[in-house]
Amino acid sequence: MPSIFDILGPVMIGPSSSHTAGAAKLGYVARQLLGAEPGRAEITLYNSFARTYKGHGTDRAIIGGILGMKPDDEMLRDSLEIAKKMGLKYEFKLIMKAPKLHPNSARIKLHDLGGNSIEMVGSSLGGGRIEIVEIEGFKVSFSVMTHTIVIIADDIPGSIAHISGAIAEKNINIANMFVSREEKLANMIIEVDQDVPEDVLKKIRSFGWVHYVRLVEPIF
Amino acid sequence: MEINSFEDILRYSEQMNATIPEVMIEYEIRKTGKSREQVIEGVRKILNVMIESVNNGLARDVKSPSGLLNNFAKKVYNAKVNVLTVNFQKAIARAMAVSEVNACMGRIAAAPTAGSSGIIPAVITTMMEEHGIDEDRAIEGLLVASAIGLLIVKNASVAGSEAGCMGETGSAAAMGASAIVYLLGGNNKQIESAACFAIEGAMGLVCDPIAGLVEIPCIFRNAIGVANAFTSAQIALSGVESIIPLDEVILAMNEVAELMSPKLKETAQGGLANTKTAREIQRRFIYQIDIGK
Repeated sequence: MPSIFDILGPVMIGPSSSHTAGAAKLGYVARQLLGAEPGRAEITLYNSFARTYKGHGTDRAIIGGILGMKPDDEMLRDSLEIAKKMGLKYEFKLIMKAPKLHPNSARIKLHDLGGNSIEMVGSSLGGGRIEIVEIEGFKVSFSVMTHTIVIIADDIPGSIAHISGAIAEKNINIANMFVSREEKLANMIIEVDQDVPEDVLKKIRSFGWVHYVRLVEPIF
Repeated sequence: MEINSFEDILRYSEQMNATIPEVMIEYEIRKTGKSREQVIEGVRKILNVMIESVNNGLARDVKSPSGLLNNFAKKVYNAKVNVLTVNFQKAIARAMAVSEVNACMGRIAAAPTAGSSGIIPAVITTMMEEHGIDEDRAIEGLLVASAIGLLIVKNASVAGSEAGCMGETGSAAAMGASAIVYLLGGNNKQIESAACFAIEGAMGLVCDPIAGLVEIPCIFRNAIGVANAFTSAQIALSGVESIIPLDEVILAMNEVAELMSPKLKETAQGGLANTKTAREIQRRFIYQIDIGK
């Protein structure tokens, strides 16, 4: 159901809501998933993203997002130069035909300076809306319209109860929860109705069987 | 509260004994849970971004990365020759200014899209300057525009990839036309007619951007969209009524969108994008790819 601000807006850096605003959001989500200052980025652009990327500033938008710029930040235009100054190394690969992926899709792998990395695939759906479709090899589907907790943990009995307990303890309402499994690991995507305080994340992180916890905040 | 047709808007307007802007504020409150003040402040923010984008496009050096756009808006704004009146010349320049800001990775408010983002700012700032419309009234004008945009989103499309440039600059012109009529005291029937005329004037307009860039012909279609908006408003305010009701015009727009070839919907495969010159430009700019290191 459209809001009037889907008609008048979004406020964004041009030229394209799909190729620029959505791309900046994807970079910004990757940065949040890394949870640290990125030192190196490997980006693969697929399909339409690969074809239009220079002309629509998709490269600048994704790098800007990785540097922490939002879709309405005028610094996006100069993000490649800013990346050089800040010591962010990046490379783009282009794949013109990836029929299984949405026409505007990107794979982003970020490395921090401490040797940690995160890899995700996301799509820009139009009007600045995005969908994250893969994180660390797990198939996922969420759109970052609300605060979203991303967890990778050992697949053990009771894990969901422990995690949802830690969230419920602080009176945070879970709107949606998706769980998927790959061999012995489980991935959980938990969409909640409000911001999540750091101590909730800390508690989840303290469980011995949890390997990865990040909070992704919505980007407007 | 569902708004699916102009009929719905008229019914709510009657039931609530309210103007179209008031109906839209109520719609947004019920849709999102925002307060009245939040809705108005949200539109004010959009208005300010629009004004800023017009000013930036007329003041800054705006040259697109491809080089295709090069301070066209300033050229039009400062031209010694004017074909009609100075305010008409300025209105066109304002739409081009925002289009250039958009192409050059500046900040704009998509309304309804980034590709058509010049029209409504040009309409509103021109109304503010020529008719002394203040900020609060301009916000009401934008709310009227949002009503027309909402109907098109629901029953046709504003995306170039679905409805061509008819969906983008055609919708923006219809939204702008209805805002002009409202701001000059027109009634709901006249608001409806203005939107109809603008869509009728853009029916079947294709999206064929050179080299796939949001530059040419987008900037000219934004300029022409402003002329369309003022033309349609002039006719409607004179008391000429649309023969076809707006709801049916929008359905016709949807039918035309479905009949249009995908080559003419933002894919840069047909029309101007497929000319010899455009193909050369495409080779020159798009395939010079620097993939970092």
